Amino acid sequence: MVDTALISSELSAAATARAAVLRRLRGSDAVFRIITRMSVYCVLLILGGVIVSLVSGALPAMRTFGFAFLTTEVWNPVTDKFGALAPIYGTLVTSAIAMLIAVPVGLMIAIFLTEICPPWLRRPIGIAIELLAGVPSIIYGIWGLFVFAPFLQRTLQPFLIDVFGPIPVLSSVFAGPPYGIGVLTAGLILAVMVLPFVTSISRDVFDAVPPVLKEAAYGVGCTTWEVVRFIVLPYTRVGVIGGVMLGLGRALGETMAVTFVIGNAHRISASVLAPGTTISASIANEFTEAVGDLYTSALITLGLILFVITFIVLAIARYLLMRIERRIG
Amino acid sequence: MNSVYRARRRRNWIAMSLSLVATLFGLGWLVLILAVLLWEGVGGLSLQVFTEMTPPPGSAGGLLNAIVGSLILTVLAVAIGTPVGILAGTHMAEYGRYEKLTSVVRFINDILLSAPSIVVGLFVYEVMVVPMGHFSGWAGAVALALIVLPVVVRTTEDMLNLVPNPLREAAVALGMPRAYVIRHVCYRAARAGMLTGVLLAVARVSGETAPLLFTALNNQFWGANLNAPMPSLPVVIFQFALSPYEDWQKLAWTGALIITVTVLALTVVARFLAASRKEQ
Repeated sequence: MVDTALISSELSAAATARAAVLRRLRGSDAVFRIITRMSVYCVLLILGGVIVSLVSGALPAMRTFGFAFLTTEVWNPVTDKFGALAPIYGTLVTSAIAMLIAVPVGLMIAIFLTEICPPWLRRPIGIAIELLAGVPSIIYGIWGLFVFAPFLQRTLQPFLIDVFGPIPVLSSVFAGPPYGIGVLTAGLILAVMVLPFVTSISRDVFDAVPPVLKEAAYGVGCTTWEVVRFIVLPYTRVGVIGGVMLGLGRALGETMAVTFVIGNAHRISASVLAPGTTISASIANEFTEAVGDLYTSALITLGLILFVITFIVLAIARYLLMRIERRIG
Repeated sequence: MNSVYRARRRRNWIAMSLSLVATLFGLGWLVLILAVLLWEGVGGLSLQVFTEMTPPPGSAGGLLNAIVGSLILTVLAVAIGTPVGILAGTHMAEYGRYEKLTSVVRFINDILLSAPSIVVGLFVYEVMVVPMGHFSGWAGAVALALIVLPVVVRTTEDMLNLVPNPLREAAVALGMPRAYVIRHVCYRAARAGMLTGVLLAVARVSGETAPLLFTALNNQFWGANLNAPMPSLPVVIFQFALSPYEDWQKLAWTGALIITVTVLALTVVARFLAASRKEQ
């Protein structure tokens, strides 16, 4: 004869134990959920923090110089006169040179990888190009300063000066003694650094073109180039532009490589062979040596300008890439 | 064959040759950079580099304090950035996959992912170096952590999104609570991919210089004190390479070789991990 009372008490004990475990699990569940949510807010907070701290750091300079800060070329720490025009100009010109080279070359590499490369070679070449993106920027800097700049000084720059010397407008673009370092050198190095970004995104969107479209074009007798030109490129235009903008964002903000080879001169010169400066190079070079609140604040304002420019470029890039992802997926 | 055909074939041939040339051009840079690094760096590579401090100009020395400093900063940055990143990625993929907040955060995270790293340095300078009154290893570690974070968030979210839903449903059907399912089922399924993300973040951080310039600064001496300026390999390279002293430049090349080999090895390992996962 089993004691029913004992069983029922055992059962109820088991039930309470079970309830306790469930409660604990529900509690830990909620805690885990809240912690993960906090981490998400953390990401938002960082962006907010970056903007707020840059703006607050930039306030003294903005109050002193106003909008003239954006249009003045003078940069004189001794008299506390600062203007951002030269660094902004340098940033835009170096990035333009970089994109001018990296976009066509990057696209051609992507075309090679997707259209004519034998399949077994695709992965190794793809990885090699991506390693180019993995090389730290300081390596590009030291390499650019000791190897690339002297090389340019001996070969490309005298050649450019000789060739374009007699032509009216171009002679001033390629004027002056070949220093080696300068805006052109920085732009060329940026081009190599941006190349992998353009290549890998273009390759990914090229791969996403429906094979049927390409087969149909080949079927009516198109050459490979015509398929790329009239089928692949129009179909992937948005994605390619997104990739290019992403690369542009990188080029605008790149610091170390540029700092090594640009020459750090706060002036605007028509010649791309002359030394110049960029926003990021100015900050990297001068920030630790900046004495006086206004000097520091002017450099932080430069940082804010850089952040705003790259933010806009990257936002456009992400928007375009999101659009093509939606269409493919 | 008529002339139109010939012209089209010629154009095709030119375009395809150009694309081959472009590829060789791109690969050429990689080979060139690595070759110069090996050429300049291997000569200076000796045991001394790993056992002695950075020297004053004109005397012999190594890179020990810089290497150790870099290791400490990287480990700290990963220790701070990874947990937050994984948790945030978890929320975005598991709890709030269809929330508006998630797409906003994803957008912002993608921008932080490619934002100029020097701006991160300025931010940390403003919020840590100024209030503390001095440069410090902590500030450098936080700056690097802010670079680790978006990489980890992105890969965690992507990898968790790839975990098939039936796995989750099966686990939930056994009566497991949500947090338990995530930790013991989803994390396990996505482990290789998440590890890849962390490795890529380490690779990225170990070569970063810009955010350290005015957070961790530099230090000629042995420094395990995180409250003081801290040496790191990239900053030492920066300083030594731009110096006029030949022996410093030599050490800079050696340091550059060490960093590049480390970073590229990490990148390759990460890629293989990602590839082996894809094949499963």
